[in-house]
Amino acid sequence: MRLAPALTLVLLLGPVLAGLAGTLAPALGLFPALGGRSLSLAPAMALLDWPGLVPAARLSVTTGLAATALSLAITALIMAGWSGTRAFRWMERALSPLLSVPHAAAAFGIAFLIAPSGWISRALSPWATDWHHPPDLLIVQDPWGIAMVLGLVAKEVPFLLLMTLAALPQAMPRRSLTIAQSLGYCRVTGWLKAVFPRIYAQIRLPVYAVLAYSMSVVDVAIILGPNTPPPLAVQVVRWMGDPDLTMRFQAAAGAVLQLALVVVVLTLWRLGEGVAGRLGKSWIARGGRGRFDHALGLAGMAAATLTAGAVLLGLAGLALWSVAGFWTFPDAWPDSLTLRAWMRHAPGLRDPVLETVIIALAATLIALALTLACLQAEHRFGLSPGARSLWLLYLPLLIPQIAFLPGLQTLALIAGADMGRGVVILGHVVFVLPYVFLSLGDPFRKWDTRHATIAAALGAAPRRTFWAIRLPMLLAPVLTAAAVGFGVSVGQYLPTLLIGGGRVQTLTTEAVALASGGDRRVIGIYALAQTGVVILGFAAALLLPRLAWANRHALRAAA
Amino acid sequence: MTQTGLRLENLRILRRGRQLVALDTHVAPGAVLTVMGASGVGKSTLLAAITGTLPTGFRAEGRIILNGEDISRKAPEHRHVGILFQEELLFPHLSVGGNLAFGLPPRIRGRAARRTKIKEALDDVGLAGFAARDPATLSGGQKARVALMRMLLSEPKALLLDEAFAGLDAALRAQVRQLVFDRARARALPVLMVTHDAADAQAAGGRLIVLEPR
Repeated sequence: MRLAPALTLVLLLGPVLAGLAGTLAPALGLFPALGGRSLSLAPAMALLDWPGLVPAARLSVTTGLAATALSLAITALIMAGWSGTRAFRWMERALSPLLSVPHAAAAFGIAFLIAPSGWISRALSPWATDWHHPPDLLIVQDPWGIAMVLGLVAKEVPFLLLMTLAALPQAMPRRSLTIAQSLGYCRVTGWLKAVFPRIYAQIRLPVYAVLAYSMSVVDVAIILGPNTPPPLAVQVVRWMGDPDLTMRFQAAAGAVLQLALVVVVLTLWRLGEGVAGRLGKSWIARGGRGRFDHALGLAGMAAATLTAGAVLLGLAGLALWSVAGFWTFPDAWPDSLTLRAWMRHAPGLRDPVLETVIIALAATLIALALTLACLQAEHRFGLSPGARSLWLLYLPLLIPQIAFLPGLQTLALIAGADMGRGVVILGHVVFVLPYVFLSLGDPFRKWDTRHATIAAALGAAPRRTFWAIRLPMLLAPVLTAAAVGFGVSVGQYLPTLLIGGGRVQTLTTEAVALASGGDRRVIGIYALAQTGVVILGFAAALLLPRLAWANRHALRAAA
Repeated sequence: MTQTGLRLENLRILRRGRQLVALDTHVAPGAVLTVMGASGVGKSTLLAAITGTLPTGFRAEGRIILNGEDISRKAPEHRHVGILFQEELLFPHLSVGGNLAFGLPPRIRGRAARRTKIKEALDDVGLAGFAARDPATLSGGQKARVALMRMLLSEPKALLLDEAFAGLDAALRAQVRQLVFDRARARALPVLMVTHDAADAQAAGGRLIVLEPR
């Protein structure tokens, strides 16, 4: 157990570092299996010769920055305007379901809402628009990536809200807000001036993770993002999948460029924090009590409702499509409802569902075991986790997946390893573990260790105390962390696709593969199945502790 | 010559090399030693040194001898030192009976024998029929009695009290205190009590040490 932190570090960072090396080598022309035996600039030159390079790179930067800035602004406005109110408690309740919707499913739902033939257009046609056929507008996959940014914001706002809520107690917002209000500050302004700076310091890493993710996302970009050219990360995946294996040199060069872009933009964001901090200080020093306060609060609420509504309505739309009979434009409701599509596709659904669940369960169990071993080692041997260990935990979330997953595939190709399910599971662990750790760390450390003292005084060895006392008492947070990890694994697109070499098919890879086909009934079925699997995990995490501790008041209240 | 009772021999507790508490004393079987002092003076740390659960950064020097045996290098679970805190800290996922069973040594074998022991313990403190209850449904006085019996069932050789009565209201407090002292005396346990309350010290009737801040 003393070795648990070291083992965790190896499993977490080993693949990242090895993958980076495996990406860098072909980018510099080294790939013996494909005849690349000496350093060369050819891959970089080939990349530079690609006419779509500048727009693709620009898209990565603009969509990433826009999605992050918008998500952060909406999160801050919701917290400033509404935290502690009744409306806010409702939003908190909507948070978990929103978080459990996989990115791809949310993106499909939004695509269905805003498409020219989508629900919004149908609802307004023909009475308001006079459209009798879907208009020829490029709304989904628009060249500026607006739809893609909307899809990202809808998923990142709940994530940042959750992180903010976790950071909140330490900042003691209520007292600060009360004092600010007693000094005559309006609510939103008072919160932004008195509480937000402290909150931001604590959610900085999650914000960076959102930025790195949004800049290099692939599945959402395939569904909602522009096509010609796509954002850089999508193009790299296309090159990776090219039957001409020499395209992998170019793909590697593109992946390295993507990494460089993320590093540069993260650095700029960090510098921007300083500028924003200075502007904020002078804003605070001017002593304004808030002039547009009410409008800001309402704007936050409107944006939150819009993003949450987009995901939930989108899912409802997908569900309707999956059971729709004949459904022509501009009808807002199908002529009839039928289970025909489900009957036809249910047999084909079985294998991907099984594969998804097996991979997610295995990755979650490994991540959970490592997390518990690390936390218990921390408790037993008095190890104190520093700020540095938090950075290490976030590293797989800060380095774009597209920068190191191709490298892992390359390394395996060289080693001749069979890229089956087992390797995919280890690949998922890299992304599941940080979330499991972040979710479980606080409740585990908050446990009153005097229970352990009592148990020891009663003659129980540490092992028995862990299994018989600590783990059962922490059942609810352990299962919640497991459900979070399970959801993260189910939603993984790129690791499954690239590490599995296209041969491991989960609900997510199948769903994204359907994007180009445009058969809304099948897309609806796969997106719903994907969401359903995750929601079942969360439901189990909620229900099991209530059943197990049905007769234990203290634990039921905590669950 | 072996001496019975709890002996703290030149016990020094250091925090990052600086001395926090130094004590050299002996508590005879059945006697109560009361330790008082301002908060932050190291009273709870002293108890943690005796149970063997000092937090990181703390170190104990000297010897802790229980009934002639040096326990200062032993693991906490092998020291046979019972402790009661201000909160009862009943394990919330176990029933009252489950909590008592956790304290009962595995030496007592067989479901029937163990259940009898637990039943006797509950009857003994006026809690007959409470075995299946959820600890969260008990009153403060009832919880305190369960915590006491859980500790006594584990057959400790010494008893530590860390503000053990501070959470109870005045009437209950005297009653529970009397119960604890009676049981300890009946089993000839040396008792080390940390408290803020002069009434606790008076009721204990034993020696009093006041720790001075350094």
